[in-house]
Amino acid sequence: MADGTMVEAVRPTYLDRKGFLSWALTLDHKRLGIMYLVTIMVFFLFAGIMGMLVRLELLTPGKTVMGPDTYNQIFTIHGAVMIFIVIVPGISATFGNFLIPLMIGARDVIFPRLNLFSYWIYVGGALIALVSLLHPIDTGWTFYTPYSIRTGTSVIPITFGVFVMGFSSILTGLNFIVTIHKLRAPGMNWHRMPLFIWAAYSTAVIQVLATPVIAITLLLLIAERVFGIGFFDPAKGGDPILFQHFFWFYSHPVVYIMILPAFGVISEIIPVFSRKPIFGYKAIAYSSIAIALIGFLVWGHHLFVSGMAGWVAKVFSFLTFLVAIPTAIKVWNWLATMYRGSIDLKTPMLYALGFLFLFTIAGLTGLFLGTLAINVHLHDTYFVVAHFHYTMMGGTIMMLFAAMHFWFPKMIGKMYGEAVAKIAFALIFIGFNLTFIPQFIMGMEGMPRRYYDYLPQYHYQHVLSSIGALVLGVGILVMLINLIYCIFKGEKAPSNPFGSKSWEWQTTSPPPTENFEEIPQVTDWTYGYGKKN
Amino acid sequence: MNWLPEAASSIAGRVDNVIWFVTIISLVFFVFITALLVVFAIKYRRRSEDDETPYQVSHHTLEVVWTIIPSILVMVIFVYGFVVFEDLRTPPKDAMEINVTGKQWLWQFHYDNGKSTINELFVPEGRPVKLVMTSDDVLHSFFVPEFRVKQDLVPGMYTYLWFKAIKKGEFNIFCAEYCGTNHSGMLGKVKVLSPADFEKWKTSKEELIAGANLVEAGAELYTKRACIGCHSIDGSPMVGPTFKGIFGRQETLADGQEITVDENYLRKSIYEPQAQVVKGYQPIMPSFKGIISDNEVSALIAYMKSLK
Repeated sequence: MADGTMVEAVRPTYLDRKGFLSWALTLDHKRLGIMYLVTIMVFFLFAGIMGMLVRLELLTPGKTVMGPDTYNQIFTIHGAVMIFIVIVPGISATFGNFLIPLMIGARDVIFPRLNLFSYWIYVGGALIALVSLLHPIDTGWTFYTPYSIRTGTSVIPITFGVFVMGFSSILTGLNFIVTIHKLRAPGMNWHRMPLFIWAAYSTAVIQVLATPVIAITLLLLIAERVFGIGFFDPAKGGDPILFQHFFWFYSHPVVYIMILPAFGVISEIIPVFSRKPIFGYKAIAYSSIAIALIGFLVWGHHLFVSGMAGWVAKVFSFLTFLVAIPTAIKVWNWLATMYRGSIDLKTPMLYALGFLFLFTIAGLTGLFLGTLAINVHLHDTYFVVAHFHYTMMGGTIMMLFAAMHFWFPKMIGKMYGEAVAKIAFALIFIGFNLTFIPQFIMGMEGMPRRYYDYLPQYHYQHVLSSIGALVLGVGILVMLINLIYCIFKGEKAPSNPFGSKSWEWQTTSPPPTENFEEIPQVTDWTYGYGKKN
Repeated sequence: MNWLPEAASSIAGRVDNVIWFVTIISLVFFVFITALLVVFAIKYRRRSEDDETPYQVSHHTLEVVWTIIPSILVMVIFVYGFVVFEDLRTPPKDAMEINVTGKQWLWQFHYDNGKSTINELFVPEGRPVKLVMTSDDVLHSFFVPEFRVKQDLVPGMYTYLWFKAIKKGEFNIFCAEYCGTNHSGMLGKVKVLSPADFEKWKTSKEELIAGANLVEAGAELYTKRACIGCHSIDGSPMVGPTFKGIFGRQETLADGQEITVDENYLRKSIYEPQAQVVKGYQPIMPSFKGIISDNEVSALIAYMKSLK
């Protein structure tokens, strides 16, 4: 496949045009991918600092640096910004935008103007959400009623901001679905698509189907606060548990919006750095679709002790275990891909191995939470906090970092600094585990989440966790400084430094505006490593 | 570090068996996967740029095996979990009922003979207890780690929880569902007494004030009646104004009125807390009418006077 199409002559790249407007009004999916990435990283750092403040406050029982109201606001901002502004768009908006057309051999997404519009809706929604910083919301990112109806803090800006960002999510999803259906290069049938495309496609389906539900729910919440209509507050005749059902009907599928693109990224990285074809391609591809669909039917596992009927809890527990199976299958497939490979431990591969380790912990601790009898004890404790940080940070964010290194040469045309990147990975990996393993233990011992103060018996674990957060924060800073430095001072990157067979590597680094000089003719899948012709 | 808290209810041991079952399965998989990762990364590391690799894309038997084994295991875990859950949720018919009301930020317990307590749940050892729970304001969640039970309290509806304490002693009650400013201070204690002691306690007229001096009785009530959750005695501001130096203090109320704190203001603030709220504080204190007796109010006022 793809040979002889490499053009090393000096041609204009997508990065050549300068000036603010050339970015702000660009229709180029690659530029939009970069803009999303920069925006998301800014919010990530902001919300990360909030997380560090939470850990700082928890260093000692009682007051360390702030009062309880401030603490409640800070953990809410940390969660809400991380979830709605960082991880939901996350890999999908950044690398989805950058890679989908390149990987399927297209010149852009099918609706470039809509794509630009989606970006600005996202920025607009995020800014609206930030208005609530004037009197920060203190409900937790879940906005549970009736507290969210009664609190005096500014609930409306942030929920309205999330409502607005929902449109960005829906439109981006639509754009990707149609792009993948209509713009694949000749010969690229569904079973020749890279698995990142399958993951992006499954994600887009959930974005389109689930997002309207949160949009409506948040509108109802706003209507209740503004007009006093009793949807959720029992004092007005509403049902607070209805809100939880609505909320999780979106917010459980949304964890798959967050994690599926990470599955896509690791499915690209492991074959390249193992020089092996991805093992069980169809199993991985179809299990993404299966997860996307079954993922809609498990929301009730957040409500086992909320006051929901017992038989419903059993159905949801069953479906939750069902969705664990396709996820387990993927882990085996990634491991089998490495078997008898030629494994090159460059930074992206280190992140991939780190992901497999952390995500295994995330999945196995998920078994505890899905088990009804155990869930009763662990629900709303630090065990849950640790579990979802292993999925979201250990899973999604680790693969976002992996992607930022792996596709760095393609995006920027320079190489990232390998040695520093590895040091940063080590700090992040150690810091992350040190932060969250003690949280599993104190959760099991009964430490409830969202506690400003705690009993002295949990002090030791809280101190370990706070030290871990500091190491993690330093690691992330080292990683970012290294990448930013290499944007300017990095070595020039060849078209295909890691020897990938995927289409984005068969054009120049950075790619020209139109991606390919000629649209590729696809005759095989992109995982033909070790294939003897 | 112990993985699990003490097992102090009849169901706790059975829940722990499920936890250990899942822990062992998880550890086996965790060790297996981690070992493969490390071994592969070392054994198959790239030795030269021309390493030969096999073109292996699938293996049906292997794929069937690694689908079926986890499927069977998770179904076993599911069934085991729900069997124990069933017992965890179904109170025995002879259970003693106690009503529980959650409020920002205290627990109120009502017994069938009219006795009521705040933040202290007295129960007999060895007898099943069913809690009939509701909330006055927002969501709360009743959680006793040593009993392995937890249940949300929802305003406008009743929820239930049962346990049979099998050990005498004191165990923490946490609020596990976020409920605002003082969520982490919404703590209580389950006090498990022998059946004889429990009967004695239940039928006794609790008279703290008898004999003791008023200030000491007030100091005890300050904790027992949960004032401690929102009012400090060292001058630091909490959810409510501090008790230190409160008596005789000049305060500005929310409506701008200036008052001097005296006996009548304190009494009114305990029974009708929303009537005269000090400026800068939220009107969130629940009324203690029917919970704190007149004599106890006198003791509390005496205690506040002593906090100069």
